[in-house]
Amino acid sequence: MSETLLSVKNLKKHFAVSGGVFAREVDRVHAVDGVSFDIGKGETLGLVGESGCGKSTTGRCILRLIEPSSGEVWFEGADVTRLGADAMRALRRDMQIIFQDPYASLNPRLTVGAIVGEALQIHGLAKSRRALEERVLELLETVGLQADHMGRFPHEFSGGQRQRIGIARALAVDPKLVICDEPVSALDVSIQAQVINLLEDLQEKFGLTYLFIAHDLSVVEHISTRIAVMYLGRVVEIAPARDLYDTPLHPYSEALLSAVPIPDPTVKRKRIMLEGDVPNPIRPPSGCHFHTRCPIARPDCSQRSPALEEKRPGHWVACHYRG
Amino acid sequence: MAENLLDIRGLKTWFKTDDGVVRAVDGVDLHLDRGETLGVVGESGCGKTVTARSVLKLIDMPPGRFEAGEILWKGRNLIPLPAEEMNKIRAREIAIIFQEPMTSLNPVYTVGYQIAEVLRQHENLSRKQAVEGAVEMLRLVNIPNPGKRVHDYPHQFSGGMRQRVMIAMALSCKPQLLIADEPTTALDVTIQAQILELMQEMKDRLGMSIMLITHAMGVVAETCQRVVVMYAGKVVEEAPVEALFANPRHPYTQGLIRSIPRVDRAAAKERLEAIPGTVPSLLTPPPGCRFAARCKYAMDVCVTAMPPLKEVGPGHRVACVL
Repeated sequence: MSETLLSVKNLKKHFAVSGGVFAREVDRVHAVDGVSFDIGKGETLGLVGESGCGKSTTGRCILRLIEPSSGEVWFEGADVTRLGADAMRALRRDMQIIFQDPYASLNPRLTVGAIVGEALQIHGLAKSRRALEERVLELLETVGLQADHMGRFPHEFSGGQRQRIGIARALAVDPKLVICDEPVSALDVSIQAQVINLLEDLQEKFGLTYLFIAHDLSVVEHISTRIAVMYLGRVVEIAPARDLYDTPLHPYSEALLSAVPIPDPTVKRKRIMLEGDVPNPIRPPSGCHFHTRCPIARPDCSQRSPALEEKRPGHWVACHYRG
Repeated sequence: MAENLLDIRGLKTWFKTDDGVVRAVDGVDLHLDRGETLGVVGESGCGKTVTARSVLKLIDMPPGRFEAGEILWKGRNLIPLPAEEMNKIRAREIAIIFQEPMTSLNPVYTVGYQIAEVLRQHENLSRKQAVEGAVEMLRLVNIPNPGKRVHDYPHQFSGGMRQRVMIAMALSCKPQLLIADEPTTALDVTIQAQILELMQEMKDRLGMSIMLITHAMGVVAETCQRVVVMYAGKVVEEAPVEALFANPRHPYTQGLIRSIPRVDRAAAKERLEAIPGTVPSLLTPPPGCRFAARCKYAMDVCVTAMPPLKEVGPGHRVACVL
């Protein structure tokens, strides 16, 4: 792996569940429960898992859009979780985010020019009105939009175009790291491919590093250098993308991959069916969180929580009996 | 050839809006044989859902209206059928499940009550018999502890379990055709696999046919025997599933298949083949082939006249001049 850009260490986020007459904390949702990973400069780390596994919360905790409960996030020699408001604002130039829903993440009352230019103004990156306009134009062109789109409003665009606007906004401040939170899930497949290709082109052009959060394993495999699989708030496996798909070691990753439908009727695979649903994150199962659904679980899996260990070069797994 | 169960001919379902008439379904022909699973694929706004809802006449009229065409169910045209006749067909002969199991279940009634309601309405069962029937249906779709769960409300079920409840409700009158409108789109992949398996199992057990509406080519490849590809309100290709994936003939189908990243291919790092541009407006659809503006093979003739579906192989029809 190249030089490390971002290092997440034992990150936790617990949300309080309040109840009773005085709205006291009665329970806690362990959304992110001790997540650690590194992202190298210029690479794309895919973060996958099913709904509620904590992948989006992890992404937001890194940017402190949600304050983490504990843990460290190291970015270029500083622990992001300890920074004050001013330092944090300055840092947000280096770390940007693209959201899932291109309909909800753009202010409907602002023109595209204002949306893309806003960050430039906040960070004082445009010397004059003219310079601002030129930069916005350049950004729109970079993401495949046209100059005359500047004065229009978000509702005048299709989903794919809106996602391009979101990307232009994120790129405006020349970030080093872009957190892509399900950037193509809301798009049709033909448009999805356009946006994925655009993200790949931009990475090459500007040397960007991506944390790519998604639930669609085919998309993640396509775009990622390495992939981390999450289950109920914990990372269960991290491996180079191809390794994970060729030889998944964790039984959950294996089941997840076997469940992905392959668009080829001649391919017949053995599918590993998982029984039941994901357990409630308020009371996650003891020991290994996956033991209640695991096909290879043994009695001690419910008592001892497995640590993430490097079982093969670059391939980390949290399982007592695999690897 | 197998018995023809459903035959849609030249169906046009249009909607009147403030901006003009939206031609959501604009001349669709498709048929479904007894015992088969037919996939109807296409992207948002291609008319697949409107086609499905037209079959059960679940379209609000106005603003919608059947402009032309016939929907032949076992040889009988459903379009002119009066409401009470249509009600006899719904649930007992043709049932539907939707994408969002939460919004299609009533949150203030127990799931047992809602399944029993279908049974009482269509099968004239007593209250007690209907509740017993509901328990039986929940057991059939593998909901653990059905005798107890029948008294639970929809919010007490997970997304996958809710979709099982929807399937139980749809199948309670043993229909001959199940229309499944994006039944797994809101679900996680491992749950999606469970639901698709359940649908297959139910189909074999009850001997019904399935019309599966979806945008996911992977789901189609794994569950359907025949596929109809729709684009901008029209059918552009129709083929047995193996032929469609091995030899897609319409440039849109080709683009659709090539634009999906493949998990199972080692050389997956190659660039995706995106289809440029976006879907045309259905307010004023272009006169010729609706895909012409995005098609890399488009010629002059493509923008003047819409090519009809023509046979290119056994059961393989395509609407393209090439």
